[in-house]
Amino acid sequence: MDFYFGLLQIFGVHTLLGLSAYVVLLTGQVSMAQAGFYAIGAYAAGAATAMFGMHIIPAVLLAGLVSAAIACAVGFPALRVKGLMLVVATLAFGEMVRMIFFNLTWQVERDGALVGPNGAEGFRAIRYFPENGWEIWQVTTLIWIFVALVMAALWWMDRTRAGAVLRAVGHDEVAAQSIGLNLTAVKVGAMTAGGFIAGIGGSLYAHTVTHIEHGIFGVLLATFAVAYPILGGLGSVFGTLIAVLFIQGFLVEGLRFMGDWRSLLFGALIVVAMNLRPKGLLGDTPLRLGGLRRKPSSTPALQEAD
Amino acid sequence: MLTLENLSKHFGGVRAVDDVSLTIREGEIFGLIGPNGSGKSTTVNLITGLYAPTTGRVMLDGYDLTTMAQHERTAMGVARTFQNIRLFGNLTVAENLWVAQNGHEQRRAHFLSRWFRAGGERGADIDELLEFSRLLSKRDVPASALSFGEMRRLEMARALASNPRVLLLDEPAAGASLEDGQLLAERIRAVQGRGVTVLLIEHMMELVMGITDRIAVLNFGGKIAEGTPAEIQRNDDVRSAYLGSKHKNEELAHA
Ligand SMILES: Nc1ncnc2c1ncn2[C@@H]1O[C@H](COP(=O)(O)OP(=O)(O)OP(=O)(O)O)[C@@H](O)[C@H]1O
Ligand SMILES: [Mg+2]
Repeated sequence: MDFYFGLLQIFGVHTLLGLSAYVVLLTGQVSMAQAGFYAIGAYAAGAATAMFGMHIIPAVLLAGLVSAAIACAVGFPALRVKGLMLVVATLAFGEMVRMIFFNLTWQVERDGALVGPNGAEGFRAIRYFPENGWEIWQVTTLIWIFVALVMAALWWMDRTRAGAVLRAVGHDEVAAQSIGLNLTAVKVGAMTAGGFIAGIGGSLYAHTVTHIEHGIFGVLLATFAVAYPILGGLGSVFGTLIAVLFIQGFLVEGLRFMGDWRSLLFGALIVVAMNLRPKGLLGDTPLRLGGLRRKPSSTPALQEAD
Repeated sequence: MLTLENLSKHFGGVRAVDDVSLTIREGEIFGLIGPNGSGKSTTVNLITGLYAPTTGRVMLDGYDLTTMAQHERTAMGVARTFQNIRLFGNLTVAENLWVAQNGHEQRRAHFLSRWFRAGGERGADIDELLEFSRLLSKRDVPASALSFGEMRRLEMARALASNPRVLLLDEPAAGASLEDGQLLAERIRAVQGRGVTVLLIEHMMELVMGITDRIAVLNFGGKIAEGTPAEIQRNDDVRSAYLGSKHKNEELAHA
């Protein structure tokens, strides 16, 4: 049973990671920095609870805010470049974050023992949940409450003008500027929101594993982050969720019995999936259930765009 | 109202726009014509800020727009359409107008209500604009599913959604039939009737000669003539600029 709860926890934190890349991707930017924001959230929340005895909920929110602030600061210079240059710039940022945590030693004494990040050793004993007697199902529920809240917020955002603006910028930057949108503000806004979500994901992750170290937050994780929304499609937040279940559930766990062949099949299946559904598993046409509230439109809302 | 002062844009050795000065008066429909490659679109791109000029200034009511970002110019009241239509094909028709509400008055709305209001509460102004553009029946259709003519109408409606003071139209009749041209002329007049100043780039001479108050002619980036449609039709420089394009000269004569 614990195995399944553990799996659900992985699905949950990875969904948050994927959603953080989803927001940025809506504006047409491929950010490889999400694993870095996730790492910042993990270390910040770990420090808040394990080193300073903070309650988990404020610690998670604080970690989200710290990540958001850093994402905002990084966004200004990074988003001046586009396409491959942005991929390179954000990758560099992610690696920089990883190297900082690799070198960071900052420990305080609590209950006679030293806790805190300890360089290459990582950050051990982020034991908020076991210390406070949380059962695994309770932890899992907490994670999924955060996932549900973030999904609901993004779902709602997508139905407001802000969502339409993100998609407009993602579709055509020249046209978006011509109608008076401030590209920098829109992109940095999306990056900040993405940083917040990644920070929440990372902080929950740190508490489920209790031990984090720099190596986890590398290029592979950054790739997963953008792979989820790309594979799932940008139509709605559910694409990302489906892609997490597909990759983490089916490809990573379901194919474990295949041993080394798994990675090969993994790559092949993603290629097949992207060829069958080039716009993602659930497509990229915005889901507009809200249209039903108004007078029904003459054409189906779920038509293929472009 | 809108003044170009010695405006130039050079791309390497190409003088796309070369020392052009002109003034567009409040409330008029001003035509900008010239052979292919004469710098008309580049002029629009300089006015909206898509390109930075090599030299010269763009002034609106005495304010210098030259160093302003594009979104600041929108707030000042400048709006445009593109020669090769650029809609947000992934958004619906109504949403295309919704995202374009970035005018001066609209900017003053409260941050939260401006950005985080749900689609169901979109304003009546959008429906009114769709009605005006004969697109109301398509309001919830993806913009990519429109016909060519509808796309042109939507792009003009989108430009109007910010309540601009100057509307720059880059060949709005391209690819349109003569009847469509007539309807377009009516709509441009109606826009003028709302107090919007219009800069019209167009190859369809009937349209240009029929509705503009004044016209400037570009050739190889430079302004070769300016005047009323009647004056332009008589101008020898204009005729020789269009020389080789016998067809155009006939159009000029008959329009
Ligand atoms: N971004 C650019 N880079 C280089 N050259 C350019 C660029 N944009 C325009 N030009 C050149 O500047 C000149 C003027 O182009 P422009 O598009 O302004 O002409 P136009 O009058 O709009 O022509 P048309 O009637 O065909 O639309 C052309 O020689 C064109 O090749
Ligand atoms: Mg042109």
